[in-house]
Amino acid sequence: MLLNIKDLHVSIDGKEILKGLNLGVNNGEVHAIMGPNGTGKSTLASAITGREGYNIDSGEIIYKGQNINELSPDERANEGIFLSFQYPVEIPGVSITNFMRTALNARREYKGEEHISAGEFLKKMEEKKKLVDIQAKLTKRSVNEGFSGGEKKKNEIFQMAMLEPTLAILDETDSGLDIDALKVVANGINTLKSQDNAFVIITHYQRLLEYIVPDFVHVMYDGRIVKSGGKGLAFELEERGYDWIKEHA
Amino acid sequence: MKSTDNKKFPLEVSLIDRYKENPEDVFKTSHQKVKKSREKGFESFNNLGLPTTKKEQWRSTNLSKSYNTDFVIGDNKPDFDKEINEIFDCTIHGFSTDVYALLNGWYYSPDNEKLEVLDDGIIVGSIIKAQEEYPELFDEYYDETSQNNNHGLKAINSAIYTDGLFLYVPDNIESERTIQLVKMVNRESNIMVNTRNLIILGKNSKLSFLHCDDSINQHTGFLNTNTEIFIGENASLILYKLQNINNQTSLINSTTIKQKSDSNLNVILLSFNGGTLRNEFHIDLTGECANADISAMYLMDNEQHVDNQVKVMHSAPNCTSSELFKGVLDDEASAVFNGYIYVARDSQKTVAFQKNANILMTTDATIDTMPFLEIYADDVKCSHGATVGQIDNDALFYLMQRGIPEKDAKLLLIYAFIAEVTSKIDILPLRISIDDMVKKRLRGDLYICDKCVLHCSKPEKLVEFDLDMSKI
Repeated sequence: MLLNIKDLHVSIDGKEILKGLNLGVNNGEVHAIMGPNGTGKSTLASAITGREGYNIDSGEIIYKGQNINELSPDERANEGIFLSFQYPVEIPGVSITNFMRTALNARREYKGEEHISAGEFLKKMEEKKKLVDIQAKLTKRSVNEGFSGGEKKKNEIFQMAMLEPTLAILDETDSGLDIDALKVVANGINTLKSQDNAFVIITHYQRLLEYIVPDFVHVMYDGRIVKSGGKGLAFELEERGYDWIKEHA
Repeated sequence: MKSTDNKKFPLEVSLIDRYKENPEDVFKTSHQKVKKSREKGFESFNNLGLPTTKKEQWRSTNLSKSYNTDFVIGDNKPDFDKEINEIFDCTIHGFSTDVYALLNGWYYSPDNEKLEVLDDGIIVGSIIKAQEEYPELFDEYYDETSQNNNHGLKAINSAIYTDGLFLYVPDNIESERTIQLVKMVNRESNIMVNTRNLIILGKNSKLSFLHCDDSINQHTGFLNTNTEIFIGENASLILYKLQNINNQTSLINSTTIKQKSDSNLNVILLSFNGGTLRNEFHIDLTGECANADISAMYLMDNEQHVDNQVKVMHSAPNCTSSELFKGVLDDEASAVFNGYIYVARDSQKTVAFQKNANILMTTDATIDTMPFLEIYADDVKCSHGATVGQIDNDALFYLMQRGIPEKDAKLLLIYAFIAEVTSKIDILPLRISIDDMVKKRLRGDLYICDKCVLHCSKPEKLVEFDLDMSKI
């Protein structure tokens, strides 16, 4: 199993947010995590990626057979965990090109490999830019600065394509996207999908799932996964709303 | 008022003795104006004494350690036995400057080259020599900014400076060259150096000037420099100031600038290293439609201290000025920013901006930021802002989530923070060199070594990609 979360309890500032969450993800799978606001979906993403301030009180996050609770965010990233941020951060003064080259080289250093050559890097950039229909001029701009909502999310997918993660977590990547941008993002994800990697898609709506077909759908409520099923569950939720889940929980 | 009650600092005593002894008659001059100004300087110093923290303008900059240090004041004129580039290597890849040097307070050149007239008519050389060779031109400008005795260190500078740079760009000369002045200190003892520079740009002229302060060894130094600059009508000066001196040395750098109408001034001040750095700018916009932009970056750590005092006088209508000071303070470093904008009563349509932004890396680092606006005109647009913050944790996590280790991620964010300043360097090879220095400084790899401040003769990274730092 690529990711195995066992009875995970996470608190922020002493307040328990995740209350015994279990989740198993295998290579080649796409999991959708749905649920109303404030049920801990983003907390789950933060806990997996090791964000400061998200305290694991008990339980385990096993990734590639290793408990990663003690790994720093960059170590987790370099082990292949990627988070597409719900709110990508603007970083004035750092161009995407420079940022990506720094990130790729950090990974290579982590693995004890040589830095990427200029030629190889540029080739890779060109290739991946096409994937998300990102414009050339965008990569010269500072990271996310002055980007529209859609551009920011496309930029996340572009970074994902560049870094080729084993486990990609997409936190509300579909929010704020118009239908065209949504298609581009979905297309990017579908192209990157393989038997070797896995996706965890956190979403509020079923909309994105019309373009990316999940193998499993989980519904979160009050810090736990309260219902799991196949892709049909997403449609059921769409029809019946989250109140139906609350009754379940 | 004496600096202390009847009790003088050892340095004060030495300075007075130095002037009175006048070894080798270095202060003796037949030049009447200089003679008078030296006497006046000495008299003022006797009244003012050395500035201490009791004075408002100095309250955050304590130089008492220097005042109690035993310095050799000035030095004998060094022989020109080595070419400048043998003392330090100053190669900036793909960029050549005309290099002139001061060594231990003296203009450093062979005796017959103390003052040169370049092929475009620019006169450059020793300020002492210029007094003799061009007395009329010299007298028209020298000591005309009336700011030369407003504190003790300036006053004593007037009295006992040894030498300095004289630079004159005639009217209508739009020079593409960059004149570089390297001030080196290299002596096997603690030394105080007083130098004086005079820079004149005639009307419609243009020049880039790169002013570097370096120490070559690790001895304690006290560098006291006063520079007067005159920018004629419709003339344009880009002034780069680089400071990279050792942690034992204090640098007092006073610059007084007078600008005529339609003139333009761009200052880019880069403080990389130094025990105590104090930069005073007094900029007087005396003619209509003059513009002054002052940008500065400071990267301080350990117990280093930087004090930037900027006064912009809007003495005429329709002038614009902007100040951008950005700094990163680590360990127990401290900084002062005192930005003073004065708008005279008839200076309508003034536009003046001021911004000071700081990142404090530790809880022991301190910044004392004091914006001050004094406005007597009613149709003006002025603003000021100061920020003090830490590294943005959201941005830090974002970078780390992409695999960049915390140390590097912080470095990248700091680098990006100050890019707003360094990106203003419009000479690309110089910007690459400076970028390089910034990276080395942030990584702790920048040493005060036996070479010039721009010693990064091999840029670690050529611009393989478009590193866009213009957006901030």
